[in-house]
Amino acid sequence: MSEWRFWFNSQRGTLLALAIFILTFAIYLANHPAIVNNGLTVQGVGNVVQTAANKGILLALIAIAQTFVVLTAGIDLSVGMIFVLCNVVASFVVVNNLGAAWGFDLGPVFGPAVGIVLVLLVGIACGAVNGAIVIFGRLQPIVATIATSAVFFGIALWMRPQPGATPEFAKALGKVMLSKVNGVIPASMVFLLIVVVLLWIPYRRSVLGRATYAVGSSEAAAYMSGMPIRSAKFLAYVWSGLFSGLGGLYITFVTSSGQADQAAAGTYTLNSIAAVVLGGVSLFGGRGSAVGAVFGALAFLTIKDLMFVLNVDPLWQPLLQGVILLIAVSIGSARLFQVRNRLELFG
Amino acid sequence: MTDQTTDVPVRLSFRQRLNVPVVTAFGCIVLLLVVGSIYSPNFLSPEYLLQQLKVGAFLGIIATGMMVVILLGQIDLSVPWTVTLGAMMASAATAYGPMGEVAAIPFGILCGLLIGLLNGVAVAYLRIPSMIITLAVNAVAQGLMVAYSGGFSPQDSASPAMKFIGAQSTLGVPHAVVVWIIVGGLAVFLLTRTTFGRAIYGIGNKESAAYLSGVPTQRVVVAAFALCGALAAFGGVLLAGYAGKAAQSMGDAYLLPAIAAVVLGGTSILGGRGSYLGTIAGVILITLLQSILSVMQIAEFGRQIIYGVIIVAMLLLYGRDQKLR
Repeated sequence: MSEWRFWFNSQRGTLLALAIFILTFAIYLANHPAIVNNGLTVQGVGNVVQTAANKGILLALIAIAQTFVVLTAGIDLSVGMIFVLCNVVASFVVVNNLGAAWGFDLGPVFGPAVGIVLVLLVGIACGAVNGAIVIFGRLQPIVATIATSAVFFGIALWMRPQPGATPEFAKALGKVMLSKVNGVIPASMVFLLIVVVLLWIPYRRSVLGRATYAVGSSEAAAYMSGMPIRSAKFLAYVWSGLFSGLGGLYITFVTSSGQADQAAAGTYTLNSIAAVVLGGVSLFGGRGSAVGAVFGALAFLTIKDLMFVLNVDPLWQPLLQGVILLIAVSIGSARLFQVRNRLELFG
Repeated sequence: MTDQTTDVPVRLSFRQRLNVPVVTAFGCIVLLLVVGSIYSPNFLSPEYLLQQLKVGAFLGIIATGMMVVILLGQIDLSVPWTVTLGAMMASAATAYGPMGEVAAIPFGILCGLLIGLLNGVAVAYLRIPSMIITLAVNAVAQGLMVAYSGGFSPQDSASPAMKFIGAQSTLGVPHAVVVWIIVGGLAVFLLTRTTFGRAIYGIGNKESAAYLSGVPTQRVVVAAFALCGALAAFGGVLLAGYAGKAAQSMGDAYLLPAIAAVVLGGTSILGGRGSYLGTIAGVILITLLQSILSVMQIAEFGRQIIYGVIIVAMLLLYGRDQKLR
């Protein structure tokens, strides 16, 4: 019985985010014009969910990326730029005839597969650069990632001064990744589930995963306990790069093109912070999970879309979104209501 | 003569007296100018240097507020839309006849001050991490400005007084530079000669210690955020004067350079350490770097890469944390 209570206490943020998401998505579905007009059919709901899922997975992947670094009590302001850079890279290499220019053609199956691996390697490399600067250079993550994101943006802009894609881009693969399995379940959500089950859960249970939490709770205590703190922090940045890369890959499936978009990078970075906070991941480190961040991201997007289906005047939508974001993150993170002693406030 | 020197009880070593970040930053400025002058002798002309100081003045005023907040160990991410809000509100006031023209500058600053107060109260009393609350307040300020302006750049233009301090110059000296000197002088006085300034450094080092020493820490934090908001809005007012009118998202280009300028000047992002001289050096360094890279006609992508690499390289020289023991 008492163990159950501990579990509930540690998952409180995740469960709250899940509750917010279910509530807002139910309101969203009930007011969506396609469902209001045609009634509650499996086909109609499936379409609405598919559209929302294909939008949601982008922020969900970036939010997971942010989670790894935030768990170590750091912050990664370059997730949006790694996302954009990987989008640009994917628009070059995820093609049906990879290697044709060098005399070997990998074909429409292996070509895109190798291209995807290349994109993810770029993401991992970006994360490794961040990790090396933060851990071995001993710079503060916030400044280091601001600087590296300028470099990542420069590289993206160099590769694609104008938005576009190679004509051989693997559009068929993109269509599959955005389709519905069995005509009901969105493929993107299946992909997200596979990623979480195959990557997040083994990581969370490994020694390095637990060390990540320990570093976030108290770096000095983790060091004294002989935790592999350097490897844990480095790995957190590498995972962050990998998941940003996955996000960049997915947006290439959505848009079938690459664009060095500075504004989009900034928006995704800021939204990823909002999503992890909504998802119950503590910015002080050591608390929260990627699952919570996913629900935080989905809830955040649903709140935004709610304005649209409720026919709020477009001019007032940004303000309402801002106020809702303000209230949501304030309630989630205000420590005023949790302290018993005045000195604890300064902790 | 020799008797007097023996009275000095403690002599700081050369390295302790030398402020390494500030010296390095100024050294890099000189290096940039030398490299630039090899490329073109115009880089050392007074006109070019004053023009750079004028461009740097806007960043300098915004970075002053950011520095006060960073010294507390906090950060203000609401700067972009506070800048825009200051510019738009001042221009809006100008549209209300002669009285509005007089009130334009104070009104713009007041609006920024209110945004800063909101940040400060949330950080100091509700204890919300500044990174989150200022991010959300930035979204609210953006929403307010979009609702006010209808999503377009407003038609109101800047008042004559705003244009006077933002765009014009006397005897070749741009008024914006004079304003920056005044703001900077006040900031130095505030940080080094007043209890408020000492309290800011104290809170940045350890808030609980400052509190137990009798510093009203919560009020100081609120005041510091209000100051940052007011200065960001003032920077926006000057920018509107410089450009003639306010524009959507005109402040977006100032957040990261402001943080970078403060940090390059040797102020610790964890708070408690840093001097205003360093911030001046950081602002000039970033302005010169951007200018020289664009004059050399390096493509945008190259500028971004060089910009990022130089910030990392300089911080690796002197901005590193203590090793964990």
